[in-house]
Amino acid sequence: MNVPEDLLYTETHEWIKREGENIRVGITDHAQSELTDVVYVELPKMDRQANAKEAIAVVESVKAASDIYAPVKGTIVEINKALEADPGLINREPYGQGWIFVLKIDNADDLKQLKDAAGYKNQIG
Amino acid sequence: MSEAAQKCTPLYDEHVRLGAKIILFGGWLMPVQYTSIVEEHHAVRKNVGIFDISHMGQLIAEGSGARAWLNFMLTNNVDKLQIRQGQYTFLLNEHGGIIDDLIVYRIDDEKFLLVVNASRTGEDFDWLKKHLPGHVELENRSADFGGVAIQGPRIRQLCHALFGKDVDLPTRNHIVDLPFEGTNVSVARTGYTGEDGVEVFFRAKDATKFWNAALEQGTPMGIKSCGLGARDTLRLEMCYPLNGSDLSPERNPIEAGLGFFVDLTKPNFIGRDMLLRTKERGPREKLVPFRMKEKGPPPRPHYAVFENSERIGEVTSGTISPSLNWGVGMAYVSAPHAKIGAQIDIEIRGQKFPATIEKKPLYRK
Repeated sequence: MNVPEDLLYTETHEWIKREGENIRVGITDHAQSELTDVVYVELPKMDRQANAKEAIAVVESVKAASDIYAPVKGTIVEINKALEADPGLINREPYGQGWIFVLKIDNADDLKQLKDAAGYKNQIG
Repeated sequence: MSEAAQKCTPLYDEHVRLGAKIILFGGWLMPVQYTSIVEEHHAVRKNVGIFDISHMGQLIAEGSGARAWLNFMLTNNVDKLQIRQGQYTFLLNEHGGIIDDLIVYRIDDEKFLLVVNASRTGEDFDWLKKHLPGHVELENRSADFGGVAIQGPRIRQLCHALFGKDVDLPTRNHIVDLPFEGTNVSVARTGYTGEDGVEVFFRAKDATKFWNAALEQGTPMGIKSCGLGARDTLRLEMCYPLNGSDLSPERNPIEAGLGFFVDLTKPNFIGRDMLLRTKERGPREKLVPFRMKEKGPPPRPHYAVFENSERIGEVTSGTISPSLNWGVGMAYVSAPHAKIGAQIDIEIRGQKFPATIEKKPLYRK
């Protein structure tokens, strides 16, 4: 399973890419392979404020709906509208065109709570 | 659920070997998918797919008077069956509620095979046993048999490869015994997908041999092993009901729109009085198929159904149909609203999404 070294991770299978004051968030290759066949993505609203671990998006596969959580506290500043037309991007390019939202983080120190690649690999076995 | 309650079919090791995702379904550890529900679904619509149905129950009723007794226990008319023919039917409680939906095959003059839902096998057996007359024998043979459904347009070609070119397949809803590598298997022309296909039953010890032979012979035809996920999307496109979702002891076959499989001209059967009453008064609610009007989130069981601002019912089955690439489902709605073409709303996470009540089936080739 692909777990890029330069990203951070949550226990709930989101990946996090630091972009200055913002983070870009999606779901991991492992998560998309467990879900398979993503058929719908409910994106968060722009400018929405979210607390860490708050459910702010939904990824639906044929079989089930899964909540996506804000990895840390912040504000939604960008959402991936491409997923509305092509939710399968999450399956095909989980770390690329399948990103879900960009969050402006309140406090960069919060990122220290997240897992590194080794920690996440350990979690998924 | 305790470990002991988790049952494995004789094909469990094959599923694991093929990398299936396993879920607990009605007490059984079953493959929900091998690679992708959507890919498996398309394999059945376009080529051929094989499903493990060994979890389903097999009950055998035999003895003088078995036919008359089953006509009292089941809704459809067993007298209409020729030997080697089967029919879809219901087992009801005294209130007309659905204990199970099943296929009954007439194996001999007074010998019948009932193929029942996995999660209901014990309950069905107990209910039948409770009403069993002295001269009829009832056996639960579920543990002795394994089974597969092989479904899809290339089924004939595959059956010829498996059983020989000269073999005649049974006609629709009929069952025959065919020789297979030194043993006999029962082949029924039935299924739960809307495609031409067969359901094959064999002794549990022959399960792996048959499964692997079908996968090997089916390779040139593009066969795929298919899990419960694809089974669910395929049946839903055809509006075939799923027991536990669309059918329950609180629902009767008239409400479910399945009165065709109830013979009210029979003088007596369990549940008949309640069904007659439902038919006279009209059901309070009806099961209807619907299709979303816009591309959006998949409808799912338990979502509320509205017409204008009035709540009129609840979704019992829903998905994004892989064939249509569109949201579809079935819902019980109050009878005055259950009209083909009616505009309804499905409430999904607090937001209403428009849908239209459709005719069965939701998908046609």
